[in-house]
Amino acid sequence: MRIKRFQEKLGFLFLSFCMVVILLILITIFYDIISKGSSKISWEFLAASPSNGMTEGGIFPAIVGTFLVTLITAALAIPLGMGCAIYLNEYAKDSKITRLIRMSIRNLSGVPSIVYGLFGVVLFVQLMRLDTSILSAGLTLGLMTLPWTITASEEALKNVPNSYRQGALALGATKWQSIKTNVLPYAVPGMLTGTILGLSRAAGETAPILFTGAAFFLPFIPKSLFSQFMALPYHLYIMATQHHAIEKVRPIAYGTALVLVVLIFLMNLSAIIIRYNLRKVKKG
Amino acid sequence: MKRIKEKIIHGLFFFNGVLVVMVLLGIFALLIFTAIPAFKEIRLSEFIFSSNWNPTSYVKSSYGIGAMLVSTFMVTLGSLLIAIPLGIGTAAYLSDVASPKVREIAKPVVEILAGIPSVVIGFLGIVLVGPLIAKIFHIPNGLNAVNGSILLAIMALPTIVSMSEDALNSVPKSYIEASLALGASHWQTIVKVKIPAALSGIIAACMLGMGRAIGETMTVLMATGCAPAMPEGFFSAVRTMTSTIAIELGEVPYYTTHYYALFGVGLVLFIITFLVNMTSDIILHKHQRLSR
Repeated sequence: MRIKRFQEKLGFLFLSFCMVVILLILITIFYDIISKGSSKISWEFLAASPSNGMTEGGIFPAIVGTFLVTLITAALAIPLGMGCAIYLNEYAKDSKITRLIRMSIRNLSGVPSIVYGLFGVVLFVQLMRLDTSILSAGLTLGLMTLPWTITASEEALKNVPNSYRQGALALGATKWQSIKTNVLPYAVPGMLTGTILGLSRAAGETAPILFTGAAFFLPFIPKSLFSQFMALPYHLYIMATQHHAIEKVRPIAYGTALVLVVLIFLMNLSAIIIRYNLRKVKKG
Repeated sequence: MKRIKEKIIHGLFFFNGVLVVMVLLGIFALLIFTAIPAFKEIRLSEFIFSSNWNPTSYVKSSYGIGAMLVSTFMVTLGSLLIAIPLGIGTAAYLSDVASPKVREIAKPVVEILAGIPSVVIGFLGIVLVGPLIAKIFHIPNGLNAVNGSILLAIMALPTIVSMSEDALNSVPKSYIEASLALGASHWQTIVKVKIPAALSGIIAACMLGMGRAIGETMTVLMATGCAPAMPEGFFSAVRTMTSTIAIELGEVPYYTTHYYALFGVGLVLFIITFLVNMTSDIILHKHQRLSR
């Protein structure tokens, strides 16, 4: 009996230890970035372009670039993701083709990000002649985000009670009318939350934009969607590995990392706030 | 009129659904078509089995992905050795040991970890993990396979933890009650009943984490040193398939053998991850059917 007790204590200690390790990893990451990056954050760092061979100045073009490319990503992933989710949850019957669609979604979410980059180079940069641009990079990221958006949107649709649909249908509404008036209003908050989470992941991705539009250095913000752009994650990669004076620009790299992490955190936060607010509205 | 409109809307959504299948097939097809021209000049056996990758040689360029395959395999194996015990341990902690309050705090921790961009993890590999490894093992440089393994483990952990936890939670309550009623301790129940019952779900989780590790680019690109040779051990610099593509595609002119060969590497990568993900999927579905 005593051995059993002891064994159990030891076992639970190991399980707790695992959790603590993960917690420590997270704390280390945040502590290091915040402690070494926050001193770099200033108005100038956020609002100025890099200068003097990228050893001074700020990261404004990279912030704008990431913002623009995320907009394109959203423009592709939100309608297509929601549409696919609506099809799967509202229209599709359990047929071979439905199963094929579901299998494709699961596999797409496992395709390596660099492979999406290769796909983007051939399809958007070359075949569609968009060249290396914000558009190419955004569309590539949009495709990558698609499976996450679909999964999240479908989850939201599933949470709408079936009686809502039946109520509309019983009153003589067509299928689409019932979806439009009785399902979507209740599902959209959840859909948006999931989509923003997906977009935040896309905003932090580097591999798909390496060859589809991200630029090493641009002194100004992009003029149109067809021009190259600087992006925060790519800028961090450059500053951490490719710069000629790596030790000297380390503070800039830390600053960029902090801005990137904060940006992603803010996106996640806004997703949570949207969900919270819309839930309140619905109840009231 | 109304009916036609309904039909059109239904058709549009159906097309939208099929589009996803087309994207997957499109990726596969474009990779194949772009990779094929490479094999006019490279023999397939050389491509897969030779470990000499030197496309820019002045004498004779060679395209063998052997060293990359081994490198990818090495860092993936290393990362799984770290991530699997840690991940399953954490999942078991979350599902069985943690009080509801602790779980409320601990679950977001795992989710936040999943949200950190890979380039940030790679950066920390250079500035934190690298120097640490160099110091502990007394080697001049900490950018090697061990570093890559540690970082990939961090990247794979959230997947493994959350999926394993789901699997553990879906074990029927009656199993656990039966085990406890027979006099087993809580710990014995976890190890001898719960984990075996959830095993297929846990294996699927680990496979998915493995797929993630194989395809991860930025962390290995930044933190493994990227020496394009057959690795001699875990402390040598390695260059995976993903980092080779990332390094070379930006500099190579379009429509050259080198360019096509890089798509060949991408194709191999796609096929490997596809197989890993499919296996995970099949295991998971069997598991779900059984637990029903």
